[in-house]
Order: sequence, then structure tokens, then C-alpha cells
Amino acid sequence: MRFRFGPALPRRPWLTAGDAVVLLALAALLSAGVSMAWRAPAVRRGPVISLSPSALPAYALLSTARMAAAYCLSLAFTLVYGYAAARSKGARRVLIPVLDVLQSVPILSFLPVVLLSLSAVLPQKPAAEIAAVLLIFTSQAWNMTYSFYQSLTTIPSELREAASVFRFGPWLRFRTLELPFSALGLVWNSMMSWAGGWFFLMAAEIFTVGARDFRLPGLGAYLQEAANRGDTRAVLYGIVTLVATIVVLDQVLWRPLLAWADKFRVDTVAGEEAVPSWFGHLLSRSVILDRARARLVAPLVERVDTALAKHLRDAPDAPGGAGRTGRPSTVTLVASGALALLVLYGGYRAAGMLTALPIATWKPLLTGLGATFLRVAAALLIALAWTVPAGVAIGMNRRLASFVQPIVQVVASIPATALFPVIVVALLSAPGGLNIAAIVLMLMGTQWYLLFNVIAGASAIPQDLRFTTDLLRLPFLDRWRVLILPAIFPYVVTGAITAGGGAWNASIVAEHAEFGGRSYSTTGIGALIAGATSRGDYPLLLASTLALIFTVVLINRTFWRSMYRLAEERYRME
Amino acid sequence: MSAAGNGSLLELQGVGKEYGGGGRAFVAVRNVDMTIRPGEFVGLLGPSGCGKSTLLRIITGLSPATSGRVLYRGEPLAGINPHATIVFQTFALYPWLTVQENVEIALKARGLPPNDRRVVALRLIDLVGLDGFESAYPRELSGGMRQKVGFARAMAVEPELLCLDEPFSALDVLSAEALRNELLELWLGRSIPTQAILLVTHNIEEAVLLADRLIIMGKDPGRVIAEMPVGLRYPRHRKDTAFMATLDKVYALVSGPSKPETGAAGTAPGQPLPPKRLPIARINGLAGLMEKVAEEGGRADLHRIGSGLHLELDDLLPVVEAAELIGFAQVDSGDILLTPLGQAFADASIPARKEIIAGRLLRHPTIRWIYETLQQDDDQRVAESYFLERLQSEFGENAPAQLETAINWARYAELFTFDDDTDELFLEA
Repeated sequence: MRFRFGPALPRRPWLTAGDAVVLLALAALLSAGVSMAWRAPAVRRGPVISLSPSALPAYALLSTARMAAAYCLSLAFTLVYGYAAARSKGARRVLIPVLDVLQSVPILSFLPVVLLSLSAVLPQKPAAEIAAVLLIFTSQAWNMTYSFYQSLTTIPSELREAASVFRFGPWLRFRTLELPFSALGLVWNSMMSWAGGWFFLMAAEIFTVGARDFRLPGLGAYLQEAANRGDTRAVLYGIVTLVATIVVLDQVLWRPLLAWADKFRVDTVAGEEAVPSWFGHLLSRSVILDRARARLVAPLVERVDTALAKHLRDAPDAPGGAGRTGRPSTVTLVASGALALLVLYGGYRAAGMLTALPIATWKPLLTGLGATFLRVAAALLIALAWTVPAGVAIGMNRRLASFVQPIVQVVASIPATALFPVIVVALLSAPGGLNIAAIVLMLMGTQWYLLFNVIAGASAIPQDLRFTTDLLRLPFLDRWRVLILPAIFPYVVTGAITAGGGAWNASIVAEHAEFGGRSYSTTGIGALIAGATSRGDYPLLLASTLALIFTVVLINRTFWRSMYRLAEERYRME
Repeated sequence: MSAAGNGSLLELQGVGKEYGGGGRAFVAVRNVDMTIRPGEFVGLLGPSGCGKSTLLRIITGLSPATSGRVLYRGEPLAGINPHATIVFQTFALYPWLTVQENVEIALKARGLPPNDRRVVALRLIDLVGLDGFESAYPRELSGGMRQKVGFARAMAVEPELLCLDEPFSALDVLSAEALRNELLELWLGRSIPTQAILLVTHNIEEAVLLADRLIIMGKDPGRVIAEMPVGLRYPRHRKDTAFMATLDKVYALVSGPSKPETGAAGTAPGQPLPPKRLPIARINGLAGLMEKVAEEGGRADLHRIGSGLHLELDDLLPVVEAAELIGFAQVDSGDILLTPLGQAFADASIPARKEIIAGRLLRHPTIRWIYETLQQDDDQRVAESYFLERLQSEFGENAPAQLETAINWARYAELFTFDDDTDELFLEA
């Protein structure tokens, strides 16, 4: 199993009826949120952020707690949703298209609507906290769920049959077969989700529009405050704390988990070495932990197993794991009917709100979309221009890789949104101003996906092919044309899909900035969304959010999906 | 235990299994009658795709039959058969559990407390000769050792009927041989409480080595075509004349006599006759077979040819079928005989071989239909999907394999070929 850093796209036609329904439902949901926003307070005071270094541990803890809460939510969602989709054919028909659309939606575009609607019904503090957790959750959950679902549906049939023949109950089957089989993919995707989550956390912690200050006490807000006040030392403290937090969590949590999950590898082929983890190694040698496992954990597990096996024994077990089929029950029919009506009503409301918009507002909307599109494209092209040569150089040279990779990993772990206030401060006075700063931010958020994928692709080029190319003495250009570019193409495409998604997301926070009590905006869809949020122009907020979502889904479905297909069919190494 | 079911352990009455429905149904097995009595070691033998694995899954209750009755000790079977268990071809061990845990898990599912599980598991691991490996993970074991764990796990639940699903075919030759002997020792020595064993295999030699009785299946649709007792005493030796004679007899039953050539039977899509399938064989294998038989003087024992070319029955039979279809060879009581045409082919140069094959292939309706369709097209290029769609109505889910084989053969004969970039078939200029 070799992982690429990005989503796996299912092989489906580019837009289906299911997608249309999901998009309609999204529109309905957003319009509901926007209608709640009318009641949101017009002025909102943010927290007071202390720049004292002694406040940093508390801020780091707060930020991490938000991440942890969102991650737990994502994990619970993943297990329930993925399991339902894998076990029941009826559920699968609904759940998978929903997942597919949600995966390609720019999550950050929801932030204003979620913040506004929550602050309409909740006190200020919990509203912003819940909005942040929800936002991180929506950025983390989809790829984890998809990975879990895919694992469940690709369990080798003989392992499944063995579970049936030996009459495993649902619980025993889940914990001996299904969960272990999915563990490696789940841990890997959790790691990716966690890393991506920082980007959204920072965005949520620093979100301010006009008189509405939605900031949250945390590392993101600290960095923004420091940049705002021009306190270089505080900026440095903040960045160091942030990187330290991320690196420590990586070392004591994710690396050991990944190393541990390696025992759930199914292919028995040796070769792909496990991830080493010093901390995991330390834990595995601990005598105390060993004793605890034998004396406490094992009997407890036995008890839980027996109890759960007893309670779940009577659940129907579909032989061969084919999933239950047949007619949906009345309850399902009524529920889905009610849901359909709700969606239709919401869609109707949304349409009403949109048609009420004067024609004149649509023109800046299209211009904004175009401007943001150009920015995204520019960021991607710049990223490609440097990551492809650099990634190939690193990937094809083990010595260089062992030296550069750790540095790149640390630099890449800094979420771009955390540095954004600093960059804005530096670039606002430069020619191009926020326009350039926005591209830089997009670039910072996206280039790493590309770089890591190119490195992975280049290091996966089979040695035989490289030797052959050497023996043929292909000139430099042919070498790239015949060997390197085709070999890394699938990786570049996966990286670019993720990077593109990240760039669109970044537009929400990049095209609008508050600095020194003044607002700065540039032309773009993100600026429109921010402007509409601060002015309370809710129909425009709905229109621009929907326009952004539709555009991104459309680009994903047409351009990226055909590239992905090309990569899978033509340039796959077998 | 009741004496019902006239002493039989398992009885199948007119069992059939269809996948899909309506006009597109695929018949995996049809109308199978079979009985397994206590004390028997039954070998279920047949080429791949004949539905023997399907039958095994019906017997164990993993997948229900779509017609007929499955009786266990005279009672109709509902759901998983609690008295049967399977040893799987690919072992089906849980890679994240140790050897001992893999055996224990079967007992845990039955609700045994931890101490009892441990005792039983350790005894069985000992019995199959894996003591010392209790805490090893499957990935640390060789294939043969992994399958021993598979046997230990199966025997842990003390099944009355032990089903073996090609248990030796994923092993290397030596491990397979050793494990076969160990299984026989356990079975003949009555050191396991198993009442009967059902061995599914496509390896004729293995079946004759182990089983008391053979049930032989054919395909299209999967059905029982013959049954024969193996009257040989244990231990059986491959070089015994009686063993060789039995082997010949089984080969004759499995491969069947050649049907007379009936010209262009069946079908270009739309024609009334039943479809005539292309055997899924690579054309290179055909050339190899012809040369080998020619070397042997134009007539040879199928099972000797098979072992001489290191081909399993599954790989050999399609090639033999292809040779029959093209008119290069005939099969008669376990022997393959070259026709004069086959002899000519074996002696010919490569270009001449292509000529011969091309001429013969155009007699096959599917290939001729594709060829003529391409000829009539203005560019002499037609999309693959065009052919696939029409073949689907004849061959259902086998259509892609049929088309792939047709292309493979036609490529060799330089009749037509396939453009992978555009997914089109086109005529060779």
C-alpha cells in the first residue's frame, strides 16, 4: 500500500443526479443558515489577546483542545457513517454521493454562514468555539470516512468468509476484522486530516470582518495580534510555539500510532519499511505498560467483548458481507420523504433569496470568481514551477532526501493561515499589495502538497527504468519527457487536486484583511463573501458562497477528474 | 444424533445457483445431487469456473442456493452450517493476530472462556507441529506453516464436516506434499473428531492421492458430470501402475472426448445457435503445446504433458480446448492426438504458422464477425465498446474475457488488433 497525499476519486461520471441533489441540499442548508443570520448581533467584540510569552502555553493548549474535539467528532462520524455506507446498500446509494460532493467543496466558505447563524442562537463565546470545531470537523472528516469506507469494502472475501464460518458476531467481526483492516488507512488519513485541520483552526481563530470580531483565544489570534501590533518578537515566539506544538504532537502521538498501525498491514510483501518512531519504541519497552496490559487491559477487553457480543449477537448478519438489500422500510420512506420536502423547501427559499438580488450584483460576483480563479491558477503554476524540479531532485537522490525531507516537513507543518497576518503586514505596502499577498498565501498553503507528491512519485520510479534510461544515454530533455514526467504525472495530479482545493479555501481569508483598525480588500470572491458578512448583506453572502461552491465542484468534476482518469489509466506504474 | 437422512452427513438435492436475474442470469451450478457419508474423504474435482467453490459455499451456508435442497443430517440447512468449517486457499488468517490468537478467535466466537481457549489452541498448535510459533505473526511464517494454522483453527471448533478449498494450491510443491501427508496421517489415525472431509481441488493427482471418492464437475453450466470411487489403499504412490491407471481414467473423465467439428456452430451476435465460447487461452501456450505433443510423436498422455510443461489442469485445459477448436488436436481417453493440420503447424515456420492460424480463426463465428465488421467500416476501425455491447448479449459477464482472447488470437494471426489509446479495434494493414 503506497499512499499518495490526497483524496482518492471514485470512478464515476462527472456530474450525476445524486450530485445535483446534494448540491441542492447544501444550498438549502446555507439559506437556512443565512436566514438565521438576520438575527445575529451586528457588533461583536473579540477576546483580548495577551502578547506576553507566558500566555502562550494556555493558547497552545486551547488551540490543541479545539483540534482534539474536532478530531474526536470526525472519528466518531467516520466510524458510524463509513460503517453504515459499507454495510447497507440503501444507505450507500445516499451516503457516498454526499461524501463525494462534500470532499470537493471549499469548506472555509461555510465559515461566515456558520459563524453568523450560530451567534444568532448562542452566546458569543460558545458560538465561535462551536463554529471553529465544526469547521475543523468538516475539513477532517471526509477523507477519513472515505478511507474507512473503502477499507471496509475491500476486505478480502476469504477473510470475511472465515469470520462467517467461525460465526463471529457483529462485534467480534468489527474488532477482529473490520477495524484492524481499516486501521492503517485510518491512521494515515487521520494524520493528514490533523495536519490540514491546523489551517482551518488558524483561519477560524483570526476571522474578523468589520465590526464583527469572531476571533478566539489561541495561537492563531496571538500571531495575528502580534503582527497587527508590529511586535516581531511576539511573532517569533508564536511561530516557535506553534511549530513546537505541531512537532511534539507529531512525535508523541502520530508517529507512534503510525508505527503501531503497521502491524495491521495486510500485504505480506516485505519492502516498504515501517515508519520508525522513537517514542513508540520507548513505550513498547516500558515494563509498567506491559504489566498494565496483562493485568488490567486484557481482562477489561475480555469483559467488554463478552458483554458486547451478547448484546449484539442477534443482529442480522448478511452472509458474505453483501449488505442488506430488499425493500426499504416504511420508516425509511417517511424519513426520506420528509427530508426531500425539507430540501425542496430550502431550495425554494434559496432561490427566492437569490432572485431577489438585483441583476447588478451578479456582475461583480462573476468578476470576483474570475479574479480568484486567476489567483488560484497563478498559485498552482508557481507551485508547479518550483516543486517539480525540486521534488524530482529530492525524490531521486536518497542522500539529498534524508537531509532535506525533515526540514521540509517542519516548514510545511506551519499552517499558512497562521503566517498570513505576518505576510499581510509585510506586503501591504509593496506594489500589488493584498493582491500579491493573497497569491502568496495560496501558494504557501498549497505548494507542500505538490512537493510531497512529486517526491513520492519520483522516489517510486523503478530502479530498472532509471538504469535503462541511463544506459540509453537519453539527453536531458528526453529523460524528462520519456521517464520522469510520465512517472510523476499521477502524483502531480493528486497533489494539484488537493492544492487547488486548498487555494480556493485560502481565498476566503486571503482577499480580505483587517490591519491596524482598517479593512483591506481586493477583487475576488473571498473579498465579496467577507464584505457581505460585515455589511450584513445576506442574499449576497448566500449567492457568493453558492457560486464559489458550484464553481469549485464543477472544476473538480470536469478538469481534475479527467486528469485523474488519464493518470490512472495511462500513467500508472504496475 | 438422529438416524434420519439414511445415514448421510450431507445431501444436496437438485441444487442450483444463479447470479443476477431475468435474461442476464448467470448459472454458476445447475441441478447438483451429491451425498457425503460419515467416514468419507470426498474429492470435488473440476476445472476453474465449474462452480466447485460456489458449491462449497452453499454446503457451508456462506451463500444460499437459489434452487434445490441442502440437507445436513436430514435437516434443511438455514444460514451458516454450525457443523462445518473451511480451510481456505489463501489461508484467511488475520495478519494482526498471532498464531495462537488466530486459533483462539474461532473459540472466542463460540463463547469459550480465555483459559479453555488457551488449552485447546495450544494442543492443536502442538498437533499440527507448530509449537514454538504460538506468538509468531502469520507474516513471519512460510506458506506451509500458515496453512497449518489454518488447519489448527478449523479443527479447533471440532467440525463434523471439514471442507478444504484448494488448501494446497497456494503452497510450493514440497510444502504441499508434506502437508498432504500430515493431513492424511491425522485423518487415517483418527486423531481428529472430523466425520468427513470434502476436498475441493483442480489438481487431479492430489485428489487421487487423498480421496476415497471423486465427484467430477464440468462447466457451462457447472454440474456434476461423473462420480467414481478411488479403490486404492493408503499410502498411495504416484509410480504405482494402479495409481497411474486411475489418474488416466480421471483425466479422460475431466477432459471428455472431442466433439466432432460442426463447422461454424453458434454465433455472431444475433444468430440463433448457442454461443460458442473461445477458451480463455494465450495463443503462445498453443504453440508450446503443439510442439510438445509433436515431440512425443503426435500422441501423448494429458497428465504427462501437463507436468512436463509445468501446467496445472486449469491452465492446460483451455489450451487443449483451443487446439481442439482450431482443429489442431483431438482428445481421446486422456490422450491428446495431433491432427495432420496440427502436425503441420508444429513443423511450420513462424510466418507460416500465422497463415495457418489466420485461416482457421476465420472459421470461428465471433472472430469472423469482428473481422467482417471491421472490413465493412470505412476507416476499418471500430470502437471496442461496439463489440463488447453485442457480445454481452451472448456471453454476459464473460464478454470482456471473450473479446480479449479474440484480440489476443487475432493479433498473433495478424488479422486485427487493438489500439489501447483510442480503445478501438482495427484491421492490420
